[in-house]
Amino acid sequence: MNSVALVLTVFVACAVEAVEALTIVMAAGLTREWRSTFQGMAVALAALAVVVAAVGPALTLFPLGVLRLVVGALLAVFGLQWLRKAILRASGYKDLHDEAGIYQRQVAAAQAASAGGRYGVRDWYAFTLSFKGVLLEGLEVVFIAITFGDNQGNLGLAALGAIAAVLAVAAVGVAARAPLARVPENTMKFAVGVMLTSFGTFWGAEGAGVSWPGHDAALLVVIPVIALACLGYTAVLRRARAAAALPTTVPVRSGEATR
Amino acid sequence: MSRWLRSFGAFWYDFVIGDDWRGAAVVAAALALTALLVHVAHVNAWWLLPVCVLAALGWSLRRATRSG
Repeated sequence: MNSVALVLTVFVACAVEAVEALTIVMAAGLTREWRSTFQGMAVALAALAVVVAAVGPALTLFPLGVLRLVVGALLAVFGLQWLRKAILRASGYKDLHDEAGIYQRQVAAAQAASAGGRYGVRDWYAFTLSFKGVLLEGLEVVFIAITFGDNQGNLGLAALGAIAAVLAVAAVGVAARAPLARVPENTMKFAVGVMLTSFGTFWGAEGAGVSWPGHDAALLVVIPVIALACLGYTAVLRRARAAAALPTTVPVRSGEATR
Repeated sequence: MSRWLRSFGAFWYDFVIGDDWRGAAVVAAALALTALLVHVAHVNAWWLLPVCVLAALGWSLRRATRSG
């Protein structure tokens, strides 16, 4: 069960970030120049590979208890961030992530930027835009893949999930030749948030010394409980927002107005 | 150099902690309390962290929706 959860979580988390990176790469490539855009993307991917190669094996040097405590805490905090945003968006308190809108803003900025090359790169703006987009979105994925992979003792499987997601999003992006605005990004973010928080809670508590009832099978309870609580929070906030939108004037009974 | 260090620190703070530092504080405190209960009081407090995590999320959402 844990291996399936590992691959699925990394795959979905990576797909969400890849969709966001694709929007930036598309904006840079279609408005500026593809060669410099691909160069920026390649340098960012190489930098991410170096991070994985350096940090992944280094983490295995720590005792498993310490690793689970630290990584569990980080994953739980990280998961809470994802859940907070996803719930606020799902309940209407925050605007949904709008890939089409972000794409339009990136295109406008790319068209307004001046041309010019540096260090053998023909279009420096396209290079840096693509580099920053891929590196920043990729860092989140690398963090999730490394921590999940190391904790499960299967970094290769986590890497497989991450690479599969990048390839899938890239293939769909190439086929569509546009940012993927129809991807249910918030639902994916919600699911990843639930998984990160659940695994973070499970590993963090284990690292602190607790023994879960049923051992690994406890995750089969932790994940649905956290998911249900989050759905509950979303429903409560939706209702509160709908109630706040209703007219607040109370109908006056006949006779009361004259008192 | 100091400006670079500040923006580097700000990036990692935003990356890990995000919009609400209280969630991170609750998780850290709950983990410390769990370790104390397990190792000092010999209580297998597996339930403490999930309860605190969900409470922290509720608190954070309440603050976010009240502030606008």
